[in-house]
Amino acid sequence: MKAANRAMEGHPIGSAAGNPLIGFRSKQAFLRKLMTFILRLLNSAGLLLLVLIFAMPFVWMLSTSLKTLPETMIFPPVWIPQHPVWSNYIEAWNTGPFLHYLTNSVIISVSILILQMLTIIPASYAFARYKFIGSGFLFGVVMVTLMIPNQLIFLPVYLELSAFKLLNTHWGLILPFASSAFGIFLLRQAFRQISDELLEAARLDQAAEWKIIVRIMVPMVKPVLVTFALFSFIAHWNDYFWPLVMTTNEAARTLPIGIAKIREVEGVGTWNILMAGNLILVTPILVAFFLSQRHIIKAFVYNGVK
Amino acid sequence: MTVWHKLRPYSMVAPAIIIFSLFFIYPIFYMIYLSMFDWNFVSPTKAFVGIQNFVDLLTEPEFRQVLTNTTLYTILTVTLTTGLSLLLALWLNRGNFFYGIVQGAIFSPHIISLVSISLLWSWLMDPEYGLLNWVIGLFGFGKLQWLSHPSTSLISLVMVAVWKGLGYNTLVFIAGLQSIPADIYEAASLDRSRPWTTFTRLIMPMLSPTIFFLVIINMIGSFQVFETIAIMTQGGPVNSTNTLVYYIYEYGFRFFKIGYASAAGVILLCIVGILTMIYFKLLSNRVHYR
Repeated sequence: MKAANRAMEGHPIGSAAGNPLIGFRSKQAFLRKLMTFILRLLNSAGLLLLVLIFAMPFVWMLSTSLKTLPETMIFPPVWIPQHPVWSNYIEAWNTGPFLHYLTNSVIISVSILILQMLTIIPASYAFARYKFIGSGFLFGVVMVTLMIPNQLIFLPVYLELSAFKLLNTHWGLILPFASSAFGIFLLRQAFRQISDELLEAARLDQAAEWKIIVRIMVPMVKPVLVTFALFSFIAHWNDYFWPLVMTTNEAARTLPIGIAKIREVEGVGTWNILMAGNLILVTPILVAFFLSQRHIIKAFVYNGVK
Repeated sequence: MTVWHKLRPYSMVAPAIIIFSLFFIYPIFYMIYLSMFDWNFVSPTKAFVGIQNFVDLLTEPEFRQVLTNTTLYTILTVTLTTGLSLLLALWLNRGNFFYGIVQGAIFSPHIISLVSISLLWSWLMDPEYGLLNWVIGLFGFGKLQWLSHPSTSLISLVMVAVWKGLGYNTLVFIAGLQSIPADIYEAASLDRSRPWTTFTRLIMPMLSPTIFFLVIINMIGSFQVFETIAIMTQGGPVNSTNTLVYYIYEYGFRFFKIGYASAAGVILLCIVGILTMIYFKLLSNRVHYR
């Protein structure tokens, strides 16, 4: 791309009138321009190909979701179904208690988010701003937690939740995530960066400490909070593993489980219904993504462990 | 200093610490404890067997295949994702509107549920009517079995993982590239440094923390792969895609061999633990100099 830029730097107009290479000082200059043009064309083609690799599967999903079952079994495939079968969506929705799944998904993701906010803000503030005996050890607990992925400890947690009679309840899917080591880690950094002078000024005004935290400190770390919230909400909305492992009946199951189960209800090969269900799950997230692409990318790229 | 002042920080961290202790710290010890017992979930007594579960695991061919699969999957996924995304980042690192769209497009799979991605790719990789077979047919290749044949199943899962992870990795690389001060590039171009020299002598060293960071987190993620396997292959065909977490899941929840599954969990803990230690050393550095 450096070469392309260099080549683009103007080559002044030549004078050779009547020459097929009008406007170019020499054949070399012409070739250079031609090269630039070809490079640009290749570049655009490459970009288009890249977009296709990532967009095609989604278009294909949409296309399949509107087909009849025999239409899905045409090879080579047809992109535009003859008569879009909108009822596939209704059929997908009716394969299970989807309203119930949706409600569960909302309840669980939102509760996790609220509880995380309530636990990580005070904790990260204390770690960032107070000196207290044992703070090093307690922060060590946070760091160790940060290192433990759910996929590692689901078995003992399952036994634990079963002992507490929390399997198949919302609480079983919420409580383990009621706080976030990652959130504390991020927010502590943010609280640390706030200047002491601001805090001293507020203290001189004899403001109560909790008021200082709520009215002054929290608004200052709002960008970090927002990106963390986006990250956390999307992660738990999408989560399949935890609800799969911690539920044995429908009571607390969420949308991703419902979608994955369509296959069992409809039978193998009913891709049109499956893709319709899949779109129900994907669309809200994709719409949110295209509405606030920059924020979401920032939430994941700058903060995201994963 | 009142008593309340002394207690306040503790009361502020308490809720979080209680949650972590209950659902992360304690389970680790509980799992290590369980790994030394033979227990089937329902029987009231657990029989102590010491390290027998580990001995059984490591001598069993199935588990060795699981370890091999997991390692192979990890190496392929991490190399491909990191390598390709570095190239993409060098290409796409521009502020222009179209490049923004391309960046958004390649990032989009990252925020989508793995359930959706797995179902979608199962369909794309359908051996009879799948779109992928049509695409490779355009280039004159015959139909592939993808997930349904042991020789292609693992690499098919790697493809899905790379497709999902590419955008995230690319954008992290772009963020890394943009944090390299512009005057360094200017100095290089003043010195008439060739693009390749600029890349190897300048960009690579400046990017090395980012590369390291991505390699480690991709490794941690790949070692724990579960969703795609549970939905797309269930470990098959003939165990060719059975990996550690899926193995633990099956032994715990299908065969109810809790001690055995816990022992496999402890082995995964060791692998992930080592990787994470390296990663956090790096993360703390990264955050400090930002």
